[in-house]
Amino acid sequence: MGNPLPSSRAAEAFPAGLRVLIVDDDPTWLKILEKMLRKCSYQGRLLFAPIICEGREGPFFFSVFPLCLFVLDRDFSVQLCTVAVRGGPCTGNLSDRLATDALHILREGKARFDIVISDVNMPDMDGFKLLEHVGLEMDLPVIMMSIDGETSRVMKGVQHGACDYLLKPVRMKELRNIWQHVYRKKMQELKEVETHSIDEVINILRNGSEDIEDRHLMDETEMSSMRKRKDIDNKEFGDQELNDPSTVKKARVVWSVDLHQKFVNAVDQIGFDKVGPKKILDLMNVPGLTRENVASHLQKYRLYLSRLQKQNGGTCGGNMQSDHINKTIKGKFGLKSSTNVQQDWELTKYACTTENFQTHGIVANAAHVSEMNRVAPAQVIASKKTLVNDAQLGLFLSFKGMLPSIREKACKPLHDETPVMQLMQYPEQENYSILEGYSCLANPDLDHEPCFDHFPSSQPLVTSATCTSGKDMKDLYEMKPLQPAMPPMACMIDSISARNAEKVRTSQCYTRD
Amino acid sequence: MVLHISSALTASALHPLLCFCFHNTYPEMENASGLHRQLASMKKNLFDQGYLDEQFYQLEELQDESSPNFVEEVVTLFFRDSSRSMANIDEALQQCPRDFHRLDKFLHRLKGSASSIGAAKMKNECTRLREFCSEENLDGCLRSFQKVKNDHTILRQKLENYLQLLRQVGPVDRASRSGS
Repeated sequence: MGNPLPSSRAAEAFPAGLRVLIVDDDPTWLKILEKMLRKCSYQGRLLFAPIICEGREGPFFFSVFPLCLFVLDRDFSVQLCTVAVRGGPCTGNLSDRLATDALHILREGKARFDIVISDVNMPDMDGFKLLEHVGLEMDLPVIMMSIDGETSRVMKGVQHGACDYLLKPVRMKELRNIWQHVYRKKMQELKEVETHSIDEVINILRNGSEDIEDRHLMDETEMSSMRKRKDIDNKEFGDQELNDPSTVKKARVVWSVDLHQKFVNAVDQIGFDKVGPKKILDLMNVPGLTRENVASHLQKYRLYLSRLQKQNGGTCGGNMQSDHINKTIKGKFGLKSSTNVQQDWELTKYACTTENFQTHGIVANAAHVSEMNRVAPAQVIASKKTLVNDAQLGLFLSFKGMLPSIREKACKPLHDETPVMQLMQYPEQENYSILEGYSCLANPDLDHEPCFDHFPSSQPLVTSATCTSGKDMKDLYEMKPLQPAMPPMACMIDSISARNAEKVRTSQCYTRD
Repeated sequence: MVLHISSALTASALHPLLCFCFHNTYPEMENASGLHRQLASMKKNLFDQGYLDEQFYQLEELQDESSPNFVEEVVTLFFRDSSRSMANIDEALQQCPRDFHRLDKFLHRLKGSASSIGAAKMKNECTRLREFCSEENLDGCLRSFQKVKNDHTILRQKLENYLQLLRQVGPVDRASRSGS
């Protein structure tokens, strides 16, 4: 495990331009924090001189609201928005709207901030409430800070979705690392993209078509997720996406208070047990709103409610919650997938202009084809075995039929030290990087990580292959106990990706609870 | 001011004496080290007597060429803001019926402010005050708040002296000072 390389390289790429919103009712702390942040990014620039964000306007100040001062500064490439009264002593009346104004700023131009640092105590609103709103509407990472370090308070912050809880006096070294929350969030978003590309493959398989065209399509979706992994490792997205809000926040809906109220009304009307994104969408009747917007909001809303439940002493079953997450992740990407994958595909195309990368792409493709041939039939068989015991004969027959092709196509590239091998390992690296923050988290999957190692060998190992998949499937069943609609066969297409998806879910649960 | 007076006095013999009285515009260079020593001991006292904690060092570390008066600015801001906070607390303590929840909010804020410049004594007294507040012990609150006020006044006086002296030592010496 040791030192996760990707993250340290990411540090070079983007934190220099991190856009931070500080919300605090204490002008002294605002001043200190602002200075600290400037210093952080200034050092970042000194250390990582070659990578400086471009496209910043010259340093200038402008005030948008009576209470706040936006500072856009090229020299330090930090965009700071300190919500404070401009000059002079604040009078009680003015600062009473602090959190409300902060929310307002975020709602209006939320694409301009990467992270929010907020004090727990606010004159007009509980900091936790602000946190809730920011999480629910903006999906931005929020760091809470307070002078109180009581465990219950910190717990409350974490339950409400704070990604970190800093104790005052806040130290430089703590602020220097806040970029990791932004980075982690970005990685999760990328993971979600991968998750639904798997869903798409599932759909294709479910339709049972073996056409070359479909196979080709699968290749492409898988390819793009492959490339995504590559991108993560190359940190190219640090330049492309993180620094360009237009690409990251493409189709995000602003969940204003009104819109959210409509949403809540719709949910109430339908009844919480029966809600589905489609129904809500129909009831809300808002033009321009898409099913996946609603689905993603519903997901957050459920998490929010379950948190509330927990707080009220009720023990919210972990199963129920994970079911919510699974369902909504699925719902979220069911429709979005094709367009989104296409976007990502376009993005990667822009990214790989060098010939070097092109060749990589081809290798990836080849590797992928062999992977598909190799993994898919085996997994299908495995699921059949567990589901229908009687089908064993057919199982072995079909498996035997498949075996030669597996050996021919997959064994060789896998056991040579070619770029293919490297590509095949990307998922593993990814696991490291996404888990880096959760080093204490148990990782049940690591022990059967290289399951494809079983395949290249001959007959006796066929059983071990199916065993492995069976074990995988058991894991998958444990993961989604309430989701019979999803055929295990489909889940198993690419056990590596499926596992990645699981990672995303676990890490999401972890951060959001 | 000193210059003004000394220019008004034609007797140049009086000049060194006058400077010595005001003791901040002493012309000789060798006295700079004396000022340094005085500055250092003032700061040491502030720490030894528990008025300040290491957060103050943090502020000094943050000061650089782009904001050469950072510490002073922050300290000024703090006293301006904390005076307002304390006026709020005063008012909340006088108010009838007493709203201890509201009082606690103000206290929390004052405590946060105190932590910003490392005003340790104030911060600790605020913690005690909040305990009294949670017990709804008005006597305790009033007594404790009086202490906070005293600490605030003393700290203000001491820091003002310190910063004034610092200004006279000049920005050149600050780099060496921060190491001490």
